[in-house]
Amino acid sequence: MTGFVASLITLGFLAQVLRIAIPYVLAALGGTLSERAGVIDLALEAKLLMGAFAAAVLGYETGSIAVGIAGAAAAGVAVAAIQALWSVRLGADQVVTGIALNLGAFGFTRYFLGVRYGQGANSPRFDGVGTGVLTNPITWIAAALVALVVVGLWQTRLGLRVRAVGERPDAVAAAGVSVARVRWAAVLIGGAIAGVGGAQLSLPVDGFVAEASGGRGYVALAAVIMSGWRPGRAALWCLAFGLADAVQYRMQTHGVGLPAELTRLLPYVLALVLLAVWPRRVAPPRALGQPD
Amino acid sequence: MTAPAMRVRASRRFGDCVALADAALEVAAGTVHALCGENGAGKSTLMRVVYGLERADRGELELGERIDLARHGVAQAQARGVGMVHQHGMLVPTLTLADNAALGHEPVRGGRYDRAAAARALVAAAARLGQRLDPDALAGDLTVGEQQRAELAMVAARATRLLILDEPTALLAPREVDALFAMVRAFADGGGAVVLVTHKLDEVMAVADEVTVLRAGRTVASWSAEVTAAEIARAMIGGEPPPPATRAPTPAADAAIALAIEGVAAPGPRGGGAVDVTLRVAAGEVVGVAGVEGNGQRELALAVAGLAPVARGAVAVGGVDVTRATVAARRALGLAHVPEDRHLHGLVQGASVADNVALGRLAEVGRGPLIDRAAVATLTTQLLAAHDVRPADPAARAGALSGGNQQKLVVARELDRPGLRAVLAVHPTRGVDLAASARIHARLRDVAAAGAAVLLIAADLDELLALCHRVVVMHRGALAGELAGAALAAPDARARLGAWMVGATP
Ligand SMILES: Nc1ncnc2c1ncn2[C@@H]1O[C@H](COP(=O)(O)OP(=O)(O)O)[C@@H](O)[C@H]1O
Ligand SMILES: [Mg+2]
Repeated sequence: MTGFVASLITLGFLAQVLRIAIPYVLAALGGTLSERAGVIDLALEAKLLMGAFAAAVLGYETGSIAVGIAGAAAAGVAVAAIQALWSVRLGADQVVTGIALNLGAFGFTRYFLGVRYGQGANSPRFDGVGTGVLTNPITWIAAALVALVVVGLWQTRLGLRVRAVGERPDAVAAAGVSVARVRWAAVLIGGAIAGVGGAQLSLPVDGFVAEASGGRGYVALAAVIMSGWRPGRAALWCLAFGLADAVQYRMQTHGVGLPAELTRLLPYVLALVLLAVWPRRVAPPRALGQPD
Repeated sequence: MTAPAMRVRASRRFGDCVALADAALEVAAGTVHALCGENGAGKSTLMRVVYGLERADRGELELGERIDLARHGVAQAQARGVGMVHQHGMLVPTLTLADNAALGHEPVRGGRYDRAAAARALVAAAARLGQRLDPDALAGDLTVGEQQRAELAMVAARATRLLILDEPTALLAPREVDALFAMVRAFADGGGAVVLVTHKLDEVMAVADEVTVLRAGRTVASWSAEVTAAEIARAMIGGEPPPPATRAPTPAADAAIALAIEGVAAPGPRGGGAVDVTLRVAAGEVVGVAGVEGNGQRELALAVAGLAPVARGAVAVGGVDVTRATVAARRALGLAHVPEDRHLHGLVQGASVADNVALGRLAEVGRGPLIDRAAVATLTTQLLAAHDVRPADPAARAGALSGGNQQKLVVARELDRPGLRAVLAVHPTRGVDLAASARIHARLRDVAAAGAAVLLIAADLDELLALCHRVVVMHRGALAGELAGAALAAPDARARLGAWMVGATP
């Protein structure tokens, strides 16, 4: 037990928290953008999964980490494009669209792995970015993206429009701005960011494992909601979830005595409890979930 | 003759509803043009076509030159100097006024949105209209009147050719209306054209140079010379206007208090609300509550009706305390409620007319847990006939009725029933055509004459002055003043009420 506690106060543990938190953080940033624009982002899970998948497959096929990361962003954009087509263009139910995308991404990755590599559960292993944190380019990309999204949302023309369109799309239209265009932009950019988050799930472990996203998209969405749709705070919540996750890993490796099946639930239980008890001072974007 | 500032002709359907049937409007530069018509006549739709916010099925538009309507949009309209203040405000509540003003035209500096420049531009625009506003205030924190003035400043700063104001006075106190009209006049004198959409004829007479009347999506009359209010009214309804409303006989001085509101506080969801209101309405008396919207009238009404909790104070119907009573208990004591929002509290839009009647009258048509359908049918048929609700079809979906007929249905159900003691009527004729308004006014008068207490919350001073024995003014949640009897009939009544409405002392 003391070994377990001592292991938490090390630089290695801090690095582990960061490494684990990055997919949450990037998914939450992407989700904040979509939801600020009024599109419910249940598809974060699909964006993470497809990002992880594309990064691993492209990384393996080309041998380039950069191509892998770019591919992850593109995969996130692809999921987001389908989401936007259904939610923004066709006015479909956004919750159903998101869940369908999540299920679809799960099926697609397994199918592709099976067809291409003859086995559905893993992609071939290759040299990824390694488990180091400072040597991992995604760490730096993530840090930059947190700042970019905060600045973008509050200090740019597009950011202002995104914040407006999730509240009163009719007012945005009356100001002569295309509601659909703003929503497309927000969802696609958000998709790219969440997709990069996915890359962190495969590149550090040198390959893609089926279901690599493991519900992190939903936890990230919880962070978005608890943050009051504010990207900086959402990122902080994600660090908390990363911390919970890291603690539960250490509990397993140090044999604290609880079954792994229970400790693994820690971040999810934390999200659930926090969602219930965290005071909700900020109302969600008023037009969230409503088609134009 | 110079080219008009704007000329439009348009047709537009929404499903089965023909909103515009080749409606036409021509506005000359340098004039204020009133666009009149009953609710649902198509005024807003026509103006939204001009502003590029609504597509026309067919039509043509000129703004100095011919515009291709197929490629017309808000940005194009704005580029030609058209600005519009919308009937139901168009501010994003979570953004500051400066952000709202900048939306779509954001000043950019060094790649970033220049918030300070947006704020300076808005303050300058407001100053030109003689207004002062805080550019950093959140739009949602302002009263509706403040919001509207801010919108006006934003729009007027950009409009050069044509300024469209869609029912801008609905939320303003009389003094504010005067200020608005002065500004409108100045805009026209500066060479711009103004379309003032309204159905208030005194406003038309006060500022308009020209008048066009729409009825059921068609342009039925247009005058550029002197015209009387009566002529406009006839054109609006396509017949003789109904006779003006009359007051119920003054109740005896010793009439019992049928509805008592004692020191009631009822906060709103964002603060505000009613603070400390004491108001006693005697049997047979009609008491009006005037005030600029958002001064606690809504919260007071919901508290009296039992739809929102009373934070402090007490409410009694017929001498029985109902402060904590359910809506059903209040009804059983004889309280009727004609709610402000007939979509939310008045009718179940998707249910039939008969079911809506049954829902409000369960005590009469319920048989234990069951509903006596035959009794519902009889009651509904009788109410529809007695109150001229059209179509008189108990099976029709309530939401399919026009606004006026929906409101007649609510009034029929609420007021035409045994044991009526007190009536709470909130904006009972808003969005209702003149003929239906006249019927509703007559109905309120009749129930008062028959001995019910009537508390009438309304924004329209004409309505209040015509029907009430006593009018109080609500300002910032409290009663700011009261006029009764002869003082109400005096020529300065309007000015005194108007002053209280903006918190001044007359
Ligand atoms: N977006 C819409 N969808 C369906 N019906 C509409 C819509 N907008 C307006 N209408 C209908 O068109 C008619 C004209 O409406 P409107 O132009 O708002 O009238 P006005 O402004 O004169 O009161 C009404 O019957 C209204 O119900
Ligand atoms: Mg209108």
